[in-house]
Amino acid sequence: MTDITRYTISIYSENNVGLLNRISAIFLKRHINIVSFSTSQSEIPNVFRFVIVVKVTEAQVKKLVQQIEKQIDVIRAYYHTDEETIYMESALYKVKSSYLFEERKIQNIIKDSHANIVTVSPEFFVIAKTGFRHETEKLREDLSPYGLMQFVRSGRISVTKAPMGISAIIENFNKKTKQ
Amino acid sequence: MKESKTLHISGAEAVIRCLLAEDANLIYGYPGGAIMPIYDELYKFQDQIQHVLTRHEQGATHAAQGFARTSGKVGVAMATSGPGATNLITGIADAQIDSTPLVCITGQVASHLLGSDAFQETDIIGISTPVTKWNYQITKASEIPEIMAKAFYIARSGRPGPVLIDITKDAQFELCDFSYKKCEGVRSYQPTPPLQLEQVQAAAEVINAAKQPMIVWGQGVILGEAEETFKNFVEKTGIPAVWTILGLSALPTKHPLNMGMVGMHGNYGPNLLTNECDVLIAVGMRFDDRVTGNLSTYAKQAKIVHLEIDPAEINKNVPADFPVLADCKASLEALLPLVKHEEYADWKAKFKVHMDTEIEAVINKDTQPTKEGLTMGEAIVAINKHSGSDAVIVTDVGQHQMVACRYAEFIRSKSNVTSGGLGTMGFALPAALGAKMGAPDRQVVAVIGDGGYQMTIQELGTIFQTKTAVKIVVLNNDYLGMVRQWQELFFDHRYASTEMTNPDFVTIAKGYYIEAQRVSKREDLDAAVAEMMACEGPYFLEVCVEKEDNVFPMIPTGASVSDIRLS
Repeated sequence: MTDITRYTISIYSENNVGLLNRISAIFLKRHINIVSFSTSQSEIPNVFRFVIVVKVTEAQVKKLVQQIEKQIDVIRAYYHTDEETIYMESALYKVKSSYLFEERKIQNIIKDSHANIVTVSPEFFVIAKTGFRHETEKLREDLSPYGLMQFVRSGRISVTKAPMGISAIIENFNKKTKQ
Repeated sequence: MKESKTLHISGAEAVIRCLLAEDANLIYGYPGGAIMPIYDELYKFQDQIQHVLTRHEQGATHAAQGFARTSGKVGVAMATSGPGATNLITGIADAQIDSTPLVCITGQVASHLLGSDAFQETDIIGISTPVTKWNYQITKASEIPEIMAKAFYIARSGRPGPVLIDITKDAQFELCDFSYKKCEGVRSYQPTPPLQLEQVQAAAEVINAAKQPMIVWGQGVILGEAEETFKNFVEKTGIPAVWTILGLSALPTKHPLNMGMVGMHGNYGPNLLTNECDVLIAVGMRFDDRVTGNLSTYAKQAKIVHLEIDPAEINKNVPADFPVLADCKASLEALLPLVKHEEYADWKAKFKVHMDTEIEAVINKDTQPTKEGLTMGEAIVAINKHSGSDAVIVTDVGQHQMVACRYAEFIRSKSNVTSGGLGTMGFALPAALGAKMGAPDRQVVAVIGDGGYQMTIQELGTIFQTKTAVKIVVLNNDYLGMVRQWQELFFDHRYASTEMTNPDFVTIAKGYYIEAQRVSKREDLDAAVAEMMACEGPYFLEVCVEKEDNVFPMIPTGASVSDIRLS
């Protein structure tokens, strides 16, 4: 319980203005830094999903999830270890087009990384890479000597190996209110 | 599901009709530019809804809290945008940490001005987010009925709390079709977890096997209207019961199994025996640090049974060996047929021995002093005497609060109104106003220190204007007494900014046409309290007490409950 570990917090919620602020306030109040954060539509219509990565103890992450779940607009929140999830990040790399022709090595780096070239223009080209952190990071390190014009990495997205059961919660509620 | 017939009205009128539909016919507030359309409707509806003009928006929230605490209903406070809204925040934060149901309505600049730094614009949704159970900004009149219904539902259901609804001025003017339907559920919110019988069974087994069990109850018993069930539970089991400051008055003071208060200035026995009991049954309380002292030495020998409505409180501070997650009334009702009676004679005798020690070392000196100066304790004893131990006691924060909660006697519930979790100085005077309006047939006595009194002293104006018969007792030691006590004990007598040169409080009260007197001699105290309690209207009594008295027992911050000091 006292070891600091990386946890992925998954939140299913209503899509309301201000909920992001309410959730981030829970971390702020406890002086906990968020490692990565992403939001999107979930598998259920009109239900939103947050994926937040934090490095804390299990005792801390349990309390965080309890506090998050307590928020009115949150349907359910969970935490998982890396082993319990399938996860990845995406990264974009913007490089000067001239390097592609001047530096032979760069072609090999791109080929070896299994990254995609998204766009090419006379001035720059953009590479996209999806994978684990160490994979997107390696490509960044490899490209750095050639002068990355821009680099950006997304927050982690993840799905869990175990089922979530959100639809059941919503169905239950709908049944109750119809009664 | 009853739905009212559809009307075509302004958003402002819709707000008033929502309040009426929720039986909120008494509200506290302060008008201003961005909420004027709603005040205009209040004018039209003044025969159906009473608006109390406090002298500061903070007073409106505290009054609404006092009202909620004695009436059991949702308190409503209203303010304009910008400073009006930010002035509500202290009361909202207080209501959040003490689980008081409030609906606060703020005006906001017109929606097309949002984000333009318009006159009196603040991001009150952003500001109030960490201290509200829920908040929402309305920008269209058509949203008003549903959101207001949701606001009241969320404020009062489950573990109660404050809700803030911010309404842009254009939404107040805009016309909408209005029909009202009470909120019966929100899909993402489960107010009360369903009782799990296996948890009840497990809790009953460990309670029945206990040799030295102790019940610690909190405000959950009052909020869950479980007083009667709780009393039955205590009596059926025969287990000695102790209370947190917000649980006070749920069980009568003189009940033979009521053993006193836990926490920093709680009773000697309950604190010491916390670390001797074998089963600790927490009922509707949240193990605040003022209750537990050092967590690593808190009740480590005991199995913890935790009856709690809020899942986020389970294992938050003290790991629960046997959680029972539900409304405590339901949990207690389910437990009742499963628990057996024991006398626990030897165990109860320990409480008695420690109480005798405390009486000798502390209580006699506080309540029957022989020294020249008046004590806070004897003032409380006089209030007990002349109220028949049946007043609502509203306290502020500090030494007087601890003394009042230690010595005030109660025979019925919802009689103790204090700022527990947030410790808000300035709470008591406006809260007493609301408490009296929430329980108009009861005597309401505000006990306040000279420091906190001056933080919201302007509410004397509201008390005078509304002719609310609040009895105000200021225990004046010309110090910020609790801070001074800490400076004496832990900062080597360095009294940094704690001494106050006070005004003539009696003259100030009289300036508000409130009857007033001052006592500084023991022989005058009894008659003064008698006169105050007999007075029909509001009354102000200043009791000049010993300047440097300390409150004991005391658990120093961070110390174990076992290290409670008697001096």
